[in-house]
Amino acid sequence: MPVIEVDRVSHAYGDRADRRVVLSDVSVRLDEARVGIIGANGSGKSTFVRMLNGLVVPTTGSVRVDGLDTRRDGREIRRRVGFCFTDPDAQIVMPTVREDLAFGLRRRGLTKEQVMARVDEALTTYDLAGHADHPAHLLSGGQKQLLALSSVLVTEPSVLVLDEPTTLLDLRNAAVVSRVVAKLSQQVLLVTHHLDLLDGFDRVLVFDDTRIVYDGAPTDAVAHYRALMA
Amino acid sequence: MSLLGVYLPGSSAVHRTPAGVKLLALLVAGAGSVFLDRMWQVAAAVALVLAGYLVARIPLRTALRQVRPLLWLAVFIAAFHVVATGWERAVVVVGVIATLVLLAALVTLTTRTTAMVDSVVGLCGPLRAVGVDPERIGLLLAMAIRSVPVVVGLAEEVRDAQRARGLMASPRAFAVPLIVRSLRHADALGEALVARGVDD
Repeated sequence: MPVIEVDRVSHAYGDRADRRVVLSDVSVRLDEARVGIIGANGSGKSTFVRMLNGLVVPTTGSVRVDGLDTRRDGREIRRRVGFCFTDPDAQIVMPTVREDLAFGLRRRGLTKEQVMARVDEALTTYDLAGHADHPAHLLSGGQKQLLALSSVLVTEPSVLVLDEPTTLLDLRNAAVVSRVVAKLSQQVLLVTHHLDLLDGFDRVLVFDDTRIVYDGAPTDAVAHYRALMA
Repeated sequence: MSLLGVYLPGSSAVHRTPAGVKLLALLVAGAGSVFLDRMWQVAAAVALVLAGYLVARIPLRTALRQVRPLLWLAVFIAAFHVVATGWERAVVVVGVIATLVLLAALVTLTTRTTAMVDSVVGLCGPLRAVGVDPERIGLLLAMAIRSVPVVVGLAEEVRDAQRARGLMASPRAFAVPLIVRSLRHADALGEALVARGVDD
């Protein structure tokens, strides 16, 4: 598994007059296959995961993935760390399903035949073959999230970060996304409010007030989180 | 849900025509449209474009759907021309606009976005010499096409929220949330593009 090292990271938005600290002195080393991240809204978890593929560069401290620094090696890190957001509409770039799957691959120097082969494989794997030429905006919410997820996975990242991927989905579609994630060989970091998705995870971090306040097994972490929110 | 300009798979001669040729034809038609000043000329142009729909086996209903959003603009332009230059000129101007929109829609309905993007990137290739990134222009085109249904969807949601709160005809109550949500969407899309390595 890849190794993610977060070393004494703090982050703040805004200028001196209107400074808002969102992460305070966070240090953690993650090398498990399945890591869950939970916490209240505004606790810092989304900023934390955005740092893992260089979307946000920390104000102080460093984030490294397999020894690569997000501040210095952003390009290589984004190839290794795929990111899936909450709202699929905001990450589907191309008008049709097939074209969106091909989008990330076309920028990787593959031949047209290689791109088509990988897209066809992804369409079958993620049960989107029947929608290949459909407009992406006409898919259901669950299918859109599946497309967003598969558009990231088709580029074969070694780490997948999912920021609340099931928040906008009903239980059935959330279960579909969860089943897809469960089968992945990649290291997965999942931010979620759906605590049952963390069953079988190796480790769960609980964020509160810009810090990691608990780090342990899912059952204990969820209990700690529930007590915190009570 | 908006179906404007959404690619309709097919194997007709129009579908098989290279994207670059179709885009060039659209460009030529746009430039040439300034020379149309008789009603029979406009009628011939409309007939020609509709023949294109026929060859592409696209139903007339789909063709009409492409020009429906123009209705209020057409009414406004026609009214202006009836007063300023006469009804014949009004028919010509509105007819030319409708023809060009129909033609543009025929291109997008029969061409994959990736094929259009590839053509635009190819055409813009020489601009690399003056520091323009053709890939960026292609991406801009793809996102513009993709954003139409998204913004239409946002507008529908805002309108529903407006109705739910009993604000039936308030342009400000419609425009402000639509602009705010569109900007938020643009922000999120930008972040997603960076996450997918577009800026690298």
